Amino acid sequence: MLASSHEGEVDAGGSLLRFLKTSLASFQEFLFLAGRAFANLVRSPHYYDDVFLQMDLIGVGSLPIVVPTGALSGAIIALQMSRALSTYGANSEVGPIVALTLIRELGPVLTALLVAGRNASGIASELGSMKVTEQIDAMRALGTDPIQKLVTPRLIATATMLPCLTVVADAIGWIAAYLIAVPLLHLVSSNYYWSSSWRALVPNDLAQGLIKPFLFGIIIALVGCYYGLRTTGGTQGVGRATTQAVVSASIWIFFVTFLIDKIFVNL
Amino acid sequence: MPDISGPIVNFEQVSVTFDETSALRNVSFKLNPGETHIILGAAGSGKTTLLKAVIGLVRIDEGEIKLFGQSITSLTEHDLYPLRSHIGMLFQEGGLFDSLSVGDNVEYPLLNQQTANGQNGKGQPGEESSSIETHARDALRFVELEQTFDKFPSELSGGMRRRVGIARAIVTEPPLVLYDSPTAGLDPITANTIMALILKERDVSNTASLIVTHRFQDGDLMADFRYDPKHQELIHLPEHDEARNRTRFIVMKEGEIVFFGTRAELASSSDEYVKRFVKHEE
Repeated sequence: MLASSHEGEVDAGGSLLRFLKTSLASFQEFLFLAGRAFANLVRSPHYYDDVFLQMDLIGVGSLPIVVPTGALSGAIIALQMSRALSTYGANSEVGPIVALTLIRELGPVLTALLVAGRNASGIASELGSMKVTEQIDAMRALGTDPIQKLVTPRLIATATMLPCLTVVADAIGWIAAYLIAVPLLHLVSSNYYWSSSWRALVPNDLAQGLIKPFLFGIIIALVGCYYGLRTTGGTQGVGRATTQAVVSASIWIFFVTFLIDKIFVNL
Repeated sequence: MPDISGPIVNFEQVSVTFDETSALRNVSFKLNPGETHIILGAAGSGKTTLLKAVIGLVRIDEGEIKLFGQSITSLTEHDLYPLRSHIGMLFQEGGLFDSLSVGDNVEYPLLNQQTANGQNGKGQPGEESSSIETHARDALRFVELEQTFDKFPSELSGGMRRRVGIARAIVTEPPLVLYDSPTAGLDPITANTIMALILKERDVSNTASLIVTHRFQDGDLMADFRYDPKHQELIHLPEHDEARNRTRFIVMKEGEIVFFGTRAELASSSDEYVKRFVKHEE
């Protein structure tokens, strides 16, 4: 009995050690991929056509989900805040609250989560399918660096398009909140809504609102590519890679948000 | 252009280990210009690993591999790309890019040469796209599939995809072509068509070839026939023709080469594993 309990502990210890080793090795692989993708930014050849194609797919292609989500986010904040603010007789603060919430947090995070759901999964499944059908090996055999051809263009495209999408989502959300707060609920005057919102914003908020989506874009592209390129096990493996990419990218988005908030709150 | 005056491929005591499993053990052989090596062996005997190791798709743990006289053992992945662009490779399922049309797939190696190193082969820097398309169409005509230029790989049968794969592998006229199970999963008629195309490519361009296969008759065809470009047909070689020695057979077992020799030596081998394998395939 005692011996079997001791064996169980040893086994659990071994499993934990294996898990830690595997996690560390995976993170090392991820960093290696990221390093090569960034190094390729300054190394020839450059696949500009692929960059523009990915910008179109990720940027323009994500607009149909980013615009309604941005609008609904703004409208929901305005509705919820109207009730909360009226309790304290502070209806006039609806504009600044909407502006700060959208630009600092909700705009970047919600847009990134949507883009992660759409594009991290898309990237992982596309590259995963290429991996299991030997297209990645074929690319290497033909003398093309798959990281240069597939990862770097997606990295550039996502890192540049996500801030643009976030600005669009913020703007649409701001307008939607205006429509709820001013014409519908008559909380404040139109002029006051816009002027108070604008006055509430400081450079720190705008910096947060742009740095976050830039970093989220890098995370989404690299996580999607990483899981796609390490896919094994046929079509089932592609499904697994897709799920892992979305889950990991989402967790990383929240973690990085926390880190940036921690930095900016102390500034 | 790579150096093709000496052996094109030279394996010296090459070993590869995956986790704790030995995939290749002390493998040594040479492949000279114009020669063909047929690699036979049971599933999991290390045939595909050997083929992938030739161009560094699989990194080796021990030994040395020389490609066109240059050691690739210590080259980085990035340094290998220019070298690989001078080698053709056919993957088991064709390895075609399914998001590109057949024409774009075949043009890819030419455009890649132009983009990446652009110094040799047909994909010269500044080469016009019409010229690249002409070369791609020529390669597709060689495999009798020019009419599929605008189609996508998903619209083709397995045999046709394999033929497009051959067109893509040979479009740059490489001095070395690697074939990974070119006839696997195909019906005998299509398989013979594929092998006839490989033989034709070897004899028209004097290409060195490494062919991994499960079918002994694939090697038989390569050893016993030659392509006559004048009459555009395959001609059976006489029993003691020197040209038969251009084709050698490698039999692999558990990562080791257990036989290396000509068709006649293979047929007369007394090794139980080799004998059983040949008899079984016959």
